[in-house]
Amino acid sequence: MTKLLIKNGHVVDPDSGQDDVLDVLIEDGRIAALDRAIEATDAEVKDASGLIVAPGFIDIHVHLREPGIEHAETIESGARAAAAGGFTSVCCMPNTIPVNDSPTVTSFIVERARRKAIVNVFPIGAVTKGSQGEQLAEIGAMKKAGAVAVSDDGLPVMNSGVMRRAMQYASSFDMTVIDHCEDLNLSLGGDIHEGHQATRLGLGGIPSSAEDVMVARNAILSESTGARCHIAHISTRNSIAIVRQARQLGIPITCEVSPHHFTLVDTDIPGYDSNYKMRPPLRTDQDIEAAIEGLADGVIDAIATDHAPHTGNMKAQEFERCPFGVTGLETSVGLSLERLVVPGTISLMRMVELFTTGPASVIGGLMQGTLRKGAEADITILDLNRAWTFDVSESKSKSKNSPFDRREFKGGPVETIVHGRTVWSAEKGCINLTE
Amino acid sequence: MALSSFFSERPSDLIRRSLLDIENLAREDLEWLLSRSQHHQPMQAEAVKKLNTLRGKTIVNLFFESSTRTRASFEIAAKRLDADTISISAQGSSLSKGETLVDTLNTLSAMRPDAIVMRHAASGAPHFLSRFLPTPIVNAGDGRHEHPTQALLDAITILDNKSSLDGLNVAIIGDIAHSRVARSNVHLLSKFGAKLVLCGPATMLSPNMAHLAERIRLTHNIEDAVTGADVIMMLRVQLERQNMLPFPKNEYFQFYGLGIEHLKLAKSDAIVMHPGPINRGRELSSEVADFPRSMILNQVENGVAVRMAVLERACGVS
Repeated sequence: MTKLLIKNGHVVDPDSGQDDVLDVLIEDGRIAALDRAIEATDAEVKDASGLIVAPGFIDIHVHLREPGIEHAETIESGARAAAAGGFTSVCCMPNTIPVNDSPTVTSFIVERARRKAIVNVFPIGAVTKGSQGEQLAEIGAMKKAGAVAVSDDGLPVMNSGVMRRAMQYASSFDMTVIDHCEDLNLSLGGDIHEGHQATRLGLGGIPSSAEDVMVARNAILSESTGARCHIAHISTRNSIAIVRQARQLGIPITCEVSPHHFTLVDTDIPGYDSNYKMRPPLRTDQDIEAAIEGLADGVIDAIATDHAPHTGNMKAQEFERCPFGVTGLETSVGLSLERLVVPGTISLMRMVELFTTGPASVIGGLMQGTLRKGAEADITILDLNRAWTFDVSESKSKSKNSPFDRREFKGGPVETIVHGRTVWSAEKGCINLTE
Repeated sequence: MALSSFFSERPSDLIRRSLLDIENLAREDLEWLLSRSQHHQPMQAEAVKKLNTLRGKTIVNLFFESSTRTRASFEIAAKRLDADTISISAQGSSLSKGETLVDTLNTLSAMRPDAIVMRHAASGAPHFLSRFLPTPIVNAGDGRHEHPTQALLDAITILDNKSSLDGLNVAIIGDIAHSRVARSNVHLLSKFGAKLVLCGPATMLSPNMAHLAERIRLTHNIEDAVTGADVIMMLRVQLERQNMLPFPKNEYFQFYGLGIEHLKLAKSDAIVMHPGPINRGRELSSEVADFPRSMILNQVENGVAVRMAVLERACGVS
């Protein structure tokens, strides 16, 4: 029986409401006790004085690119980036090659993750076959194989009839439908937010309305079907207002925001730098304000990165030819501390909630995100005083497309523990499974 | 970046010699370019049109988008300065073999040209390339962004007719949203104190255009736009850049075409300009195109003088 005792850390556990200096005892990969001054003579002791001890962070929106696009990322490399970012669990989107629209692909990802990933990897299955938006994918069978939710992320379900059927069908299996909200007719030809910067640079604009109309549609469909719907990477103030109103009406709709969307705006894009190109695009100061308000008052349930690795040569093209997406796993916690906690907009407890119980409840059925006795011993340790600089060339991801290269941070993860085992520490880096 | 290059770090004078856009060009650079262009104007009418300031220099004209006048103009300008030129169009280039733009340009740069003139359908393509190449780049039009030499030749055409740009009323009419000519002209004219009215239907005229520079007013009414104008610039309707046509084709001329009757509302010495190619009966009537104060062919003539100045600057001969 292996025992680990984390002593004197400041425990922040939204599930139990604990917010105090406590010890955590781990036995055989599970939480055995959470209390003051635990004595365990046979345990390995880790001193966490001055550090924050939180349940393992969950990112419900990442792209691991395997199978099919392994030159950009693999389950192994993506999991290492996750660990280095303080995440113990990630949910990976199905837009691989082939698309994860069948139990075969789901099983492949689960098996591959079991052998190669240093964090928990939960696959998200496709809503429709090939994410083509027409025929429903094998949602029930994918769930049996290990999928935790469904989404056609990146390829929005444009046909409202298909979306309605998908919500109804997924709800029979207690699966959340996650939607990338973008009316493709409104966003056609767009590269960045439709605003001053698009006008100045002569780039096609993606209007806020492209997102808003789809969020409104999904709220209405969720109301009429009673099915859970989750809005991926919400980016506009109107969309947030729509979700707020829907929630007040009791509609089971949830949403997440990505750190780049509460940190950067369209006018921050330097020249034609494609490391700032993503969908939805960077919006405006008013949209950031609405996102921060939603994070504080509870309308937004989770922070999720939309970690989207692309290789250098894909991003080194004419701006309009470059693919959308930026990496984000390693900068998410640092940005959340800097933008939300340090200015005092939200408490540390609320931030931890946005990385743990929040995302777990969006997915439903996830046992992660708590320090309750008997839970998986997935733990994220933060040092709020650690000064560090993100150097993209040192990133654990195989891709380097981040807009946050050379950014200086104060506060961030220092250790990531999965199933009672340290998989990453700021001091030692990633620790491989075989070691 | 994964782009290995055998060239050393780009010296800053190369950046200075590139002409990527008007927006970020310093006023003294613009003034130098305008006066050097004016210096080259008289030569265009001489019997022998040859200088040797660019003897021994090599200039590559790279046109990824079809062009007749701009391409011919750059080529003639280079030849009148005695440079060696080659012109490459996208068809038949390695781009059709799947090579990326950066690799194509690096390959050409390895042959050590002194300047690369490029036109590309993607906004920002020359800006993006300038981060990787050891060769000065002259932007001959990038997507919907800018067309800096057009704004320079428009400016000297105006200066052929008016004593100064300061305080002039300039109306720019047509598809503003998709026009690189409009953006470059807005930046240049605004820097020199002109007052601008941009006119077009709302689908072609984003309210954001008002914030592009100083002294810009927007209107959807052509009569309003031309009233009191010293200069009327018509833009070409860019049918090829539209995902969805932003106007009903058949009524465009009725509301946004320039007719002879509009000229009565403008100043009595107002000039009419158009970057070409003109579309008679769509953007302007035939009478306006052939009208004595129409400067359309003068613009083309001035284009050569401007491009001579721009190429001299790019090659470091100034």
